[in-house]
Amino acid sequence: MKTTPPVKRNVSRLGEKAIEAVLTLSGTVTSLTVLLIVFFLFKEGLGLFSQTPVSEGSVIAVSAQNPVKELSSAQIKEIFDQEITNWQEVGGPNASIQLFSVDDITDYYSEEEIGKDFEYLPQRLSDLMVREPNLLVYFPEEYLAKDFKGHQIKLKNITLTDFLLGRQWYPTITPAVQMGVLPLILGTLWVSLGAILIALPLGLATAIYMAEIASPRMRNLLKPIIELLAGIPSVVFGFFGLVVIVPMIQNVFGLPVGETALAGSIILGIMALPTIISVSEDAMRTTPRAMKEASLALGANKWQTIYKVIIPYSLSGISTAAILGIGRAIGETMAVLMVTGNASVIPSTFLEPVRTIPATIAAELGEAPQGGIHYQALFALGCILFLMTLVINLTVDYVSAKREAK
Amino acid sequence: MKTTFQSFGTQAASLFLAATLLVSCGKGGDQKAENVEADKTSGNATTTTAITIKGSDTVLPLAQQEAERYMAQHKDASITIVGGGTGVGVSALMEGTTDIAMASRELKTKEKLELKGAKKDIQEALIAYDALSVIVNPKNKVSQLTREQLEGIFTGKITNWKEVGGADAKVVAYSRETSSGTYEFFKEHVLDKKNYANNILMMPATGSIVQSVGQTEGAIGYIGLAYESPEVKSLAVSYDQGKTYVKPSVAAAQDKSYPVSRPLFFFYDASSESKVKPFIDYILSPEGQKTVLEIGYVPLNK
Repeated sequence: MKTTPPVKRNVSRLGEKAIEAVLTLSGTVTSLTVLLIVFFLFKEGLGLFSQTPVSEGSVIAVSAQNPVKELSSAQIKEIFDQEITNWQEVGGPNASIQLFSVDDITDYYSEEEIGKDFEYLPQRLSDLMVREPNLLVYFPEEYLAKDFKGHQIKLKNITLTDFLLGRQWYPTITPAVQMGVLPLILGTLWVSLGAILIALPLGLATAIYMAEIASPRMRNLLKPIIELLAGIPSVVFGFFGLVVIVPMIQNVFGLPVGETALAGSIILGIMALPTIISVSEDAMRTTPRAMKEASLALGANKWQTIYKVIIPYSLSGISTAAILGIGRAIGETMAVLMVTGNASVIPSTFLEPVRTIPATIAAELGEAPQGGIHYQALFALGCILFLMTLVINLTVDYVSAKREAK
Repeated sequence: MKTTFQSFGTQAASLFLAATLLVSCGKGGDQKAENVEADKTSGNATTTTAITIKGSDTVLPLAQQEAERYMAQHKDASITIVGGGTGVGVSALMEGTTDIAMASRELKTKEKLELKGAKKDIQEALIAYDALSVIVNPKNKVSQLTREQLEGIFTGKITNWKEVGGADAKVVAYSRETSSGTYEFFKEHVLDKKNYANNILMMPATGSIVQSVGQTEGAIGYIGLAYESPEVKSLAVSYDQGKTYVKPSVAAAQDKSYPVSRPLFFFYDASSESKVKPFIDYILSPEGQKTVLEIGYVPLNK
């Protein structure tokens, strides 16, 4: 027994302390980063519910004698789509609706009347409301005269129920957007569910084969191949899906269109396979040898041992694999964007086009003006996606905790 | 020369485009975003003029190609090009963070007002035209449609090809995503500002539309003239209720007989004219206009 000299001991203690401090710090930084990201996501997303659907800084107005006081954003869309053409349909007089946006001002006034620097524009807009009683006008707020003679139509703020249960996703239309995300939520769930239904049985079978049945040589050959699958970029998967799987689905089912939820599910299933296989295989390989041998000694054959001993023992690992697989599927963006067709309709079968939340965010965020209503709606979608994964993770924790308590 | 890509959409689209190009040796093989920053001849004391260009994703491939060739000739120029959409380019011009805004449409009245408000004197340079082709599957009997019929198809009123003289098959309409300038252009010019039906299939890139229309019998979509390929058939379009139908072509777009075309602009501030003029003049030169044709847009008729 040699006692270390006190100085050396102190140094090594200091070293330990320093390492401890570094470890604590990295833990803290990581957790803080995650919290910050979540905070940012929700801060941006929740801003949506203090906004009206009218694009920012715009005014929608009718003439003062027009009795119409309120319009919903759905009604405004139908009016601008010329589905509603008479004021009677929205509770006004029997007259046809004339649409006006600020670009049309030159149809009513000459350039002199508007002014070289548009200085008379607010006045002219106000006069117009008197001159043309059947107009529905839409112009930027800064041209709202102080004594504006028209009557502004105010739209209600977007509510959480409108947002979650709305069926129309028109985030960029003017003058009033429609933000209904129900089709997107259902589309995401639909595609992910399909992916798991495809990937879980296939992945489990492969894992069992690799853990229990395959010869070591076969296993050493298969493992790198499966890990290679995990390294393929998702754009490549997407392109493969568009060129191979989509036409295949179209021919097999005789559909008018091959870009369907099923195509997305198949691609996502393939993408989730490596995760599911390697995690559940590792879980199975941790089964204590004594348990397997006991089972075999009691006269159980190989297959009985697998489903009576190994699978129950590694269930929590298998459910973790399933969750990680779902996580991969729910958050996958590019591949899905390319094969599901992205039509924002509520799906009723797997053979219809769907639009998922991640695909929507990826396709639209680049062009959504920062801080605007569309941008906030996309962040709110991000919040929904986050909550979905959170719920799934909590469910798994709960399930595996219950198992272990038994 | 390096184009810094900032918008994710552009990145994704270009990746996709690269993938598409690997498979189909279509036109526009040099549209890949692979600009390399103009190697400023290091150590040389020549003053470099740095120009930033931002805006429309439609103009992006053209501007890149032009900049590449321009910089090959002018070692002292360095041009950085960023996509993101016409609206993005115009607002950057307003903030003064870009020298040139690329646009695939005229300035909107609202934008003109804002620029007036910011006391900016904005000059415009028309650099080329872009024409949109409406494409269907080659197996489709239909070879011409009126604007009204197209509107009906894309707003969901017409759902079967037999309503427009085709076979009894379901219409499958493909569109670009809402973030694309082409989407807005088609909505304004062809749908008469009405909104697309919500069951329209939205594709992230023009390449995917060509791919899908080529493999789906009842499909219809719209693409830039540059992307036409033998896998799809482009339709003749009529804007006068079916009296005259015009097939899309460079010549028809130039003499304005083909209706679905739009001008492509560079907007710049009058104060930076001396800086950007040489590059714009290069684009307007015969050599620059030849590049326009190569990329698949329509040169100015001179």
